[in-house]
Amino acid sequence: MPDLEKVAANNTPPGGSPGRFFQRFTREQRYLHGVLFSTFLGLAGTGLPLRFSESIWARGLARGVGGFGAILFFHKLCAVVLTIAFLIHLKEIFTRGILHGEKGIFWGSTSMVANWKDVKDLVGHLRWFVGLGPKPEFERYAYWEKFDYWAVFWGMIVIGFSGYAMWFAPFFAHFLPGWALNAVLVIHSEEGLLAILFIFSIHFVNTHLRPDSFPMDMVVFTGVESEEEFKHKRPLEYERLAREGKLESRLGEAPQTWQVNFSKVIGFTAIFIGLTLLVLTLSAYFI
Amino acid sequence: MTEAAIQRGFSLLAQPSPASQRTPGTWARALFRTAVIAAGIAALLLTAPGRLHAQAECLACHADKTLQDANGHSVTVDGDHFGASVHGVFKCNDCHINIKEYPHPDQVVKVDCKKCHADEASGLTGSVHANAAEHPCMSCHGDAHSIFPKADSRSNVYPLNIPHTCGACHGNDGMAQKHGLASVFPSYMDSIHGFALSKEGLLVAANCQSCHGSHHILSHTNPESPTYKANIPKTCGSCHAKINDDYMGGAHGKAVAGGNLKAPVCTDCHTAHSILQPTEAAFRMQSTPICGSCHKDKLSTYHDTFHSQLGLLGGYVETARCWDCHGAHGILPASDPKSPIAPANLIATCGRCHNGANRSFVQYQPHANAHDRKLNPALYFIRLFMNLLLAGTLTFFLIHTLLWLIRARYNQIKKKTAEGDKNA
Repeated sequence: MPDLEKVAANNTPPGGSPGRFFQRFTREQRYLHGVLFSTFLGLAGTGLPLRFSESIWARGLARGVGGFGAILFFHKLCAVVLTIAFLIHLKEIFTRGILHGEKGIFWGSTSMVANWKDVKDLVGHLRWFVGLGPKPEFERYAYWEKFDYWAVFWGMIVIGFSGYAMWFAPFFAHFLPGWALNAVLVIHSEEGLLAILFIFSIHFVNTHLRPDSFPMDMVVFTGVESEEEFKHKRPLEYERLAREGKLESRLGEAPQTWQVNFSKVIGFTAIFIGLTLLVLTLSAYFI
Repeated sequence: MTEAAIQRGFSLLAQPSPASQRTPGTWARALFRTAVIAAGIAALLLTAPGRLHAQAECLACHADKTLQDANGHSVTVDGDHFGASVHGVFKCNDCHINIKEYPHPDQVVKVDCKKCHADEASGLTGSVHANAAEHPCMSCHGDAHSIFPKADSRSNVYPLNIPHTCGACHGNDGMAQKHGLASVFPSYMDSIHGFALSKEGLLVAANCQSCHGSHHILSHTNPESPTYKANIPKTCGSCHAKINDDYMGGAHGKAVAGGNLKAPVCTDCHTAHSILQPTEAAFRMQSTPICGSCHKDKLSTYHDTFHSQLGLLGGYVETARCWDCHGAHGILPASDPKSPIAPANLIATCGRCHNGANRSFVQYQPHANAHDRKLNPALYFIRLFMNLLLAGTLTFFLIHTLLWLIRARYNQIKKKTAEGDKNA
């Protein structure tokens, strides 16, 4: 298991000897991820006590957040901030994909949209897990990364809509049938639970805790990754850029030490909160 | 002995018995008793003083504070105190009947209060206190030589003093606890009745005897007791008249009146001694499980709603509890047009919390059961779909990710040992 120093060494060249670093995420994308995970932690932390209001820890957590009025206030505040971030993201897709006609947004190797290769990659990956074939080579976004993206996309629409329907129930009642008001709570809490369980276990492991990235993939915080890591994790994208002669245009600066340290503090805090909430959630079922 | 003292003695003796024992017969007996005592006092005043010991003569010895009988008990009497008491008009040997002259016998006959207070004594017989050793009268009325009328604030049975008097036995480590009864005094003192009495000095606030009576106190298991379950609405209703009317018109009141003692009476929801102000957070927090102890299916479906989820967390007590929608005392079925949950009244009922509640909004089912396919099919299938989605996604990815973890770790170790590669 590679320890912290070794992973850090991948990102920060020891003794200043500059390995090459490549840009993976833009500043806006990193901020979007930041807003997404901080509001998500806020929503989970204030939503779980409601979902498991009969558990012993729920009252304690509710009190910790600042009593009951506060829990609802923070939940709604995080929801509004996340909604705004989501709308900004939609506007970005609209501008780039429709107004500027950027093809890579909706189709091709740089798109988030799933394609036939993703299906083959999934099957190939599963075969490789059990030793039935070679490890598939991935493009810019691997199938599990696309799944994460669409799960969040779908989740925000479903959880957001059902949440606002509860918040403004008398208004939504103008165009929703009566039983829908019962249904929105079931939908909101089940989908929220799915999101929490998925992010705090599957996403954490797939992206951060698996041996290749352990203990944390810093690229979403610093925006850059080492050439070695790039080649290893996304060989097809690296080859394509090299072939097209665009590799140079993706060169980024090595992250500053403070950037890496700051990212670590933020990232580990998020992972710690997430895992704590995961344990609490599971304890509500099994204790 | 002054004229004023005699007058006071008369007026007090003529006072009616406690309300719970007031019958036409009692009135007649009280009148008769007063007449007999008046005649007795008149006779005393007229007869020659030599035949009986005057108080002053007794006090010549008994004023001595160190005076003790053969058993070492103090036999001191404070003459001034006794003179001011309700019995101050009497001579010592009106009660200590075997003392005729001095020196008197060593053994004095036990004073029999029943001689004058026959009604109270007969009430006491057969009551829960009938077996009280020695003088049951003095346990409550206090020192025999300083008994005051119950309207006198110095009396042990003055309304504001009654809880302390009863609490001496019915409190923590009291006599009652030794007999397996709960310590109710602290609960009462912290209740809304106890506060009204101790903080406001409200004489009409219910004290022990308002509900239990005074001399003829019966166990709550005795159908004649005012605290017997079926009698409780009437007992509480003697002060809370309107609430009693509402209650008797509601489903619970009708059930109790019809002999169904499983239906709740006042004390089932409000408790007997620890009665809280119903708007208090503590009462709002404790009320739902009480309703749910009978209406189990309704409690479980209520628990699935946002009302309950918010409510259970505490601190946020405004969310709807059972009686916010169903009413508290005159609970009526939805089929009754007077019920707050009758279809025609739902907009008003829900609208008390939800501004803008409309016809569609009140179609919301506060007791929907997502597990009941027949009753709530849409909800049932939505829940099923969401559960399958959750279970399916998580199961697939758990297997996927576990296998991946194992494989990646395996490759890493293999490569490391082969070439010392740090990035598998």
